[in-house]
Amino acid sequence: MSYFFQLVISGIVVGSIYALSALGFVLIYKSSRVLNIAHGQLIAIGAFMVYALTVWLKVPILIAFLASMVLTFFMAMSVERVFLRRLIGEPIISVIMVTIGLMSILDGIIYLTPFGSVNYSFPAVLPVTPISFGGVSISWTQLVGVIITVILIGGFSWFFKRSTLGISMRAVSDDQLAAMSIGISVPRVFGLAWAMAGLSAAAAGAIIGNITGLNFDTLRAFGILVFPVVILGGLDSVFGAVVAGIIMGLIQQFAGGYLDGQWGLSGTANVLPYIILLIILLFKPHGLFGTHEIERV
Amino acid sequence: MHPLIISDVTLTFGGLKALSGVAMRFEPGTITSIIGPNGAGKTSLLNCISGFYHPDQGDIHYGDQRLTDAAPHQVAKMGIARAFQNLELFRGMTVLDNLLLARHSKLKYNLLQAVVFIGKAARVEAENRRTVEEVIDFMELEPYRKNTVGTLSYGIQKRVEVARALTMEPQVLLLDEPMAGMNIEEKEDMVRFVMDIQKERNATIILVEHDLGVVMDISDRIHVLDFGEMIGSGTPAEVARNPKVIEAYIGKE
Repeated sequence: MSYFFQLVISGIVVGSIYALSALGFVLIYKSSRVLNIAHGQLIAIGAFMVYALTVWLKVPILIAFLASMVLTFFMAMSVERVFLRRLIGEPIISVIMVTIGLMSILDGIIYLTPFGSVNYSFPAVLPVTPISFGGVSISWTQLVGVIITVILIGGFSWFFKRSTLGISMRAVSDDQLAAMSIGISVPRVFGLAWAMAGLSAAAAGAIIGNITGLNFDTLRAFGILVFPVVILGGLDSVFGAVVAGIIMGLIQQFAGGYLDGQWGLSGTANVLPYIILLIILLFKPHGLFGTHEIERV
Repeated sequence: MHPLIISDVTLTFGGLKALSGVAMRFEPGTITSIIGPNGAGKTSLLNCISGFYHPDQGDIHYGDQRLTDAAPHQVAKMGIARAFQNLELFRGMTVLDNLLLARHSKLKYNLLQAVVFIGKAARVEAENRRTVEEVIDFMELEPYRKNTVGTLSYGIQKRVEVARALTMEPQVLLLDEPMAGMNIEEKEDMVRFVMDIQKERNATIILVEHDLGVVMDISDRIHVLDFGEMIGSGTPAEVARNPKVIEAYIGKE
């Protein structure tokens, strides 16, 4: 039984990281219907910034963590301002091509830095001995990672439900024309969506980096891993991203823990999530919590 | 309260002239209607006023403010609100939330305030609630306050859209076919609301409407467009006698 609970714990840890990674992706899609292919690069840049600040510039890790969130906030906002603002109203495929271009550019820039070729790992700040509880164990890094994720996602939900700007963002995603007519600046909301996506990407990157180490390919892969998560959750639902992230994490851990090694199977953790995704989409084509478009004729 | 003045506005899409040399004046506190056959440029003109389109030539002024190049959200903040021809509502939200949202965007905030400010927001919230409840009362929407907009009937949704524009306490209200697709009873209600808005809330109303009976009844002045050009203007009686207008509507003998 403790093996089962161990898998549940690991599933939640992995899942909450997926959720946090997916959050930024959903924010951008929700407000502007743009699929940001370069999201994995934002995650990686966030992680590298934290590392550079703490290890090279000797900034305390907590401050580095916050500072990198602020930096990516403004970075992503500028990206929107410079590259995407002029594409408002253009066909969506052109905008997606631009984010693919953005991905290549960011890749190129990262390869120029030491992070492109060398794997670093964060110095251990938290105790190394894991916390054990009735045969189930979780490392301090994982625990703190999950706690930060919960705080951030809670903060985001509060922001959307209660703050003027958050409500304006929901209004824009609901009906752009109506939003403009009541005095909401749509370009500004897009900029803010990117900025918040950047911020959440940096947080995700820092947490992933602390758990897995800083490998560019691993970090970048999260930009792709969020796809099944957001499709399952419904592309435009923040809550859906959280639930789907946890579901994906649990499926992966259970697959790896129970199926691998049985009947000569291996690597099920990488395949099973997609199989389940396909089955769920057969019944819920808009994802679990996605907006269902109903057109009255 | 100022007049809204459109001077010599021309708008083209590619080679097509949607509006050419249109000049109109909307006096404060009056109901002025814009009529004309389909494709005459009525909605294009409203789009120019509310900032969705920018005219190629000419100017639009409200008092000393120039609207010609303003963005839609800036026009809204100058006190010029609009209800659309096809419903543009936040369908997933309740009636109350739709209206509250229109108040929210009147707030002056910057990024930092919006994220951290709770004290000021709480104080303004109470005032917003009062205004919104007053509009709900005015537009007789009490039974639907908590209903999700998407579930309401067409006529009520139209009313919600006008109510949402009213929550912004506009000085000028643009109504694009507020009575289209309504049954007689709903139409009579809407006519009553439009007249009350003019009288009790003292707003300048710019009305685009196809129902000529209604237009003749309630307008102080009427401007007539045909193929993007002004073909007549005046009081309802004058417009009804104008041979060009008659020709545009029923054709030549």
